[in-house]
Amino acid sequence: MSATPYIQVEGVTQTFKTQRGDFVALQGIALSINKGEFVTLIGHSGCGKSTLLNLIAGLSAPTEGVLLCAGREIAGPGPERAVVFQNHSLLPWLTCFENVYLGVERVFGAGSRSIGAKAEGKADLVARTHAALELVGLNQAAHKRPGEISGGMKQRVGIARALAMEPKVLLMDEPFGALDALTRAKLQDELLEIVARSQRTVVMVTHDVDEAVLLSDRIVMLTNGPAATIGEVLEVPLPRPRKRVELAENPGYLQCRKAVLDFLYTRQAHVEKEAA
Amino acid sequence: MVSAVFHSPQAQPPAIAALASGLGSQSGPAAAARARSVSSAPRRASIDPNSWLQQALPPALGLLLLIGLWHLLASTGEARLPTPGATWSAAVELFSDPFFVYGPNDVGIGWQVLTSLERVGLGFGLAALVGIPFGFLIGRSVFIGRMCAPLISLFKPVSPLAWLPIGLLVFQGSEPAAIWTIFICSIWPMIINTAVGVQRVPQDYLNVARVLNLSEWKILTKILLPAVLPYMLTGVRLAVGTAWLVIVAAEMLTGGVGIGFWIWDEWNNLNITNIIVAIFVIGLVGLVLEWALVRLARAFTFEEVKS
Repeated sequence: MSATPYIQVEGVTQTFKTQRGDFVALQGIALSINKGEFVTLIGHSGCGKSTLLNLIAGLSAPTEGVLLCAGREIAGPGPERAVVFQNHSLLPWLTCFENVYLGVERVFGAGSRSIGAKAEGKADLVARTHAALELVGLNQAAHKRPGEISGGMKQRVGIARALAMEPKVLLMDEPFGALDALTRAKLQDELLEIVARSQRTVVMVTHDVDEAVLLSDRIVMLTNGPAATIGEVLEVPLPRPRKRVELAENPGYLQCRKAVLDFLYTRQAHVEKEAA
Repeated sequence: MVSAVFHSPQAQPPAIAALASGLGSQSGPAAAARARSVSSAPRRASIDPNSWLQQALPPALGLLLLIGLWHLLASTGEARLPTPGATWSAAVELFSDPFFVYGPNDVGIGWQVLTSLERVGLGFGLAALVGIPFGFLIGRSVFIGRMCAPLISLFKPVSPLAWLPIGLLVFQGSEPAAIWTIFICSIWPMIINTAVGVQRVPQDYLNVARVLNLSEWKILTKILLPAVLPYMLTGVRLAVGTAWLVIVAAEMLTGGVGIGFWIWDEWNNLNITNIIVAIFVIGLVGLVLEWALVRLARAFTFEEVKS
């Protein structure tokens, strides 16, 4: 892992205008993420995890501060920062193949914005799309519509769509939140494998402590909102490849897990009680 | 501003299906459940005779009740109504040769209906050509939306027949004036439903478009059009329904060939049986139009992203 900061978040504050005045969602966030690093953002619901991810994605602009990606200011969304959405967000009128192809075509096909890169022919684009679906094990469902496949499969198509664009950064907003525990575990394992192979930078929002510890190099813990900020950053020193079953009794794993639980339920619990 | 008149494409079909298959006697939830069971019928290979009876019996009873009451009223002689039997024989006679042409104003009932449908089709088609793109514009641009909101609110409640004299004046002919009236009455639901559909395109889809950095053309063809289609078809359905209501009145005023003027003509001939036949024919044609459009809308309605 190189130590060059790839994504830099500097003094970012995000406020939303509401009917009862301004609502400060995030305050003074400073974070740098290295190339090839897997970082998870964890915190109680409503703490602004997704807001931070949307800022990195460029889907919204910060009220104050600046976000950089590869040294350049993030001015809007782009295919180099692919997003896997919480609710998969597949277009229901397109087949799985077409959903993935839409992004592939934009990035690699004619009219792609990437400077210097040659536009690929249709056969190459189709091959890329199939390769991405293969990666998540879904080639046999390529010609089904999202309405005809299960939630786990939909989420996989969402991941395939993001990966197919060969993004520099993969941004995931609670990608497995809506899935049952078994499907979730399976997809986590697959994600571990894919990320290990492609050496991709990943930023993932989650509220699942085990998921965070299993997948991340670093866990960024956010304090409770409003005006949420980074409470603590935990390094996860576990060696890779990580195996779920072996880790279950690993003292390092348990220690990390306890540290996160401690942050979430001991130090950050009081605000939630007030809110409730 | 325009959302108040929105009709959900998901919510509509069951209610319409109930209207189309029964005589509107069922309550809402029951009708919806029934419509659902109708749509899932192909999955069940064997049809339970009991449930089939429950489905067919009430509508049949309703029809029988209507005919019975009508017969009772007609046979007392006070209402001067023709009996169902007399009406039936008139209908048989009319439909034995529906496509005769004895002169410019003396043609069979088939031609009368087709001429009316042609006017509806023309006026409605023109309204779709103008209204749907206009709806997109209103839905996409807040400025244009606000600009048009007072105009739409002002003109929408006006009976389209009030526009008929303007049409006669401008187009100098009864035929284009009738089409103009249909145009006016069809355009509002199409503008409004399209605009609402555009405003309700899930933010998720637009976020996808932004992350994938899709071109405006791709956004229009791959995201906006398919997402708006069900709303648009709801608008189309409402428009056709209204157009079919209005054409009868418009033709009564403009004359010529057409089911509306035919009714007026038969009234002048005091041929009440034919008027009653015409009422049933108009109802049946409306029902078929509605049914066809509901089917069309259902084919283009996709599962939405749950957020």
